[in-house]
Amino acid sequence: MSLRNLRNPGLWITVLAVALLGLWPIVTQRASTREEIFTVMLSVVLASSLNILLGYTGYVSFGHIVFFGLGGYVGLYLIIVQGWSLWPSMIAGGLAAGLLALLLGQAILRLRGSYFALATIGINEAMRAFINNFEPFGGPTGLSLNFQTYNQYGGAANALWLIYYIVLILAVFNIFLSYIVKTSKFGLGLMAIREDEDAAEVMGVITPRSKTWAYVLSAILPGVVGVLFFFKNGNIEPPQAFRLHLSIELLVMVMLGGYGTVFGPLLGAVGYQRLRGLLLTSDLFKNIQLAVAGLLLLLIILFIPAGAVGWLRQRFPVVRRFIP
Amino acid sequence: MCLSPSSQPSVEKIGSSLSKAVFRGGYMDILAFLTDGLLIGFVYGIAAMGLTLIWGVMNVINLSHGSIIALGMFALYFLFVSLGINPYIGVVLVAVLGLLLGMVIYAVAIHRVINAPHLSTLLATFAVNMIIIGLGTTAFSTSPRNVDFSLGSMSIGPVTILGTRAVAAIASVLITAALYYFLYRTTLGKYVRAVTDNRAAAELMGIPSARVLAFSFGLGTMLAAIAGGLIATFFPFTILSGTTYELKSFVIGVLGGVGNPLGALIGGLILGTFEGIIPYFLPTSWVPVLEFILFVVILLVRPTGLLGAKK
Repeated sequence: MSLRNLRNPGLWITVLAVALLGLWPIVTQRASTREEIFTVMLSVVLASSLNILLGYTGYVSFGHIVFFGLGGYVGLYLIIVQGWSLWPSMIAGGLAAGLLALLLGQAILRLRGSYFALATIGINEAMRAFINNFEPFGGPTGLSLNFQTYNQYGGAANALWLIYYIVLILAVFNIFLSYIVKTSKFGLGLMAIREDEDAAEVMGVITPRSKTWAYVLSAILPGVVGVLFFFKNGNIEPPQAFRLHLSIELLVMVMLGGYGTVFGPLLGAVGYQRLRGLLLTSDLFKNIQLAVAGLLLLLIILFIPAGAVGWLRQRFPVVRRFIP
Repeated sequence: MCLSPSSQPSVEKIGSSLSKAVFRGGYMDILAFLTDGLLIGFVYGIAAMGLTLIWGVMNVINLSHGSIIALGMFALYFLFVSLGINPYIGVVLVAVLGLLLGMVIYAVAIHRVINAPHLSTLLATFAVNMIIIGLGTTAFSTSPRNVDFSLGSMSIGPVTILGTRAVAAIASVLITAALYYFLYRTTLGKYVRAVTDNRAAAELMGIPSARVLAFSFGLGTMLAAIAGGLIATFFPFTILSGTTYELKSFVIGVLGGVGNPLGALIGGLILGTFEGIIPYFLPTSWVPVLEFILFVVILLVRPTGLLGAKK
């Protein structure tokens, strides 16, 4: 990666887009706007992280939410039981997720295609069932935060803003990370694996190592935002932490925006959350919101499999410079 | 558990008779658990057969499998409750509906992406799953339903067998036999096997592969619907219940190997037995932990399945 890459206008357009969106609630100072954008930013972090594995490397992780859940559990355990403060717990949550990915990566990244996807589902379910029985993490009832804890951060209202800022910074950071990975030699190796793993290996890409690092990179930030999300939430329970459905919503976001692009997961996350919000608040679609989302996904898969950004880049090569 | 045979009655009469009682009770328990698990295992086998048939023939992992199982449950429920049809005649109707539904799903959602990377078919079938669950939740809500039907029960020594479970197990064996007959003794079955082995070559031999694939997909969903119908005769259910059986079908799929109906049935029996025995040693909540660990380990060690498959 050279510094020249950082002069690409597309990167700055993307960063600007995230920053503008993120600054909106700060300008209006409305809690409801903040909550809405918080959900979007959380999705941006999760979807962009997943994109490193799914979009660049071509490995479909159906259970990526396991890192979010595990990070959240480790973080909340440290805050509640060990009395740590938020900062080190956040880092610990991210490291725990990264470590899990490192260990798992050695094993399941040997599987290809659908077998890998199935294994990730299995791991998420095994983890959920295990935590359900794991007493230090509260078993089926999970862990709950004492409301007093927020006082260290200037009361609950301030804590919510603080968490919002952190997630916003992480979202911007994640865009840089995605971009740097994509334009680096490491990223080129990943994309070679995506196109043809055997050919990549012959060309000198050390595939097991590259895949494992891609997996670890895509796991750390979900672990960190897991801590933030559940800290904000106040409690954590196994079905909430390891929700397979959320995992698949992330896949939808990445596909919607365009997998393998930097801007795609951002657009997908914003678009999906907007759509979901609209469906949930409309009288007509409130109840069948899931069915409408499913129909949308099906239409994308069938007719524009490259996603919105991918389609634009294919159709109008000029935009490649501005939309990475 | 105390499984030491108390063969020396001379040592401490009271103690020995006590331990004998515990032993006898435990022994009965384990037999009852085992029978229960085994009988349900047959039905798990049918569900898994539907999943692995599709997987084997067209290399598609059908993520709408669970929702189709749930639709099978609801179809049986309405046939039984609203129309008063005997559940076992109901299952036959459910099978026909399942076959038709599968062919429609194939035509609408899968045919276009059948040659695309596997992500497309995974997501396409998942989209179908979302549509079914979304519509199903609206139409049926998520409150549990129950098919109130009983065939009585039969006791053999310490073991009590519920009539509905026995019939379901027998039906499962018959279905497996019928599937074998279909695959190995009929022309259409031969076509299915030909398309499984090599779609391009089959096409060159004049086999209409698109229609065969649609039919195979229908066959897979038919088995899922039948399994759903049979399960509905013994457990209460909601539109979301299918997910559990879908996950079990994955586990059985890797246990028994892909595209091997007998493997699926045996895998189902192994899983059922497993589920029957584990609660004897550990709290029931550990069952899924062990199940999924087993699943991942088998995937890693022998991705083609323990009982072996050609691919």
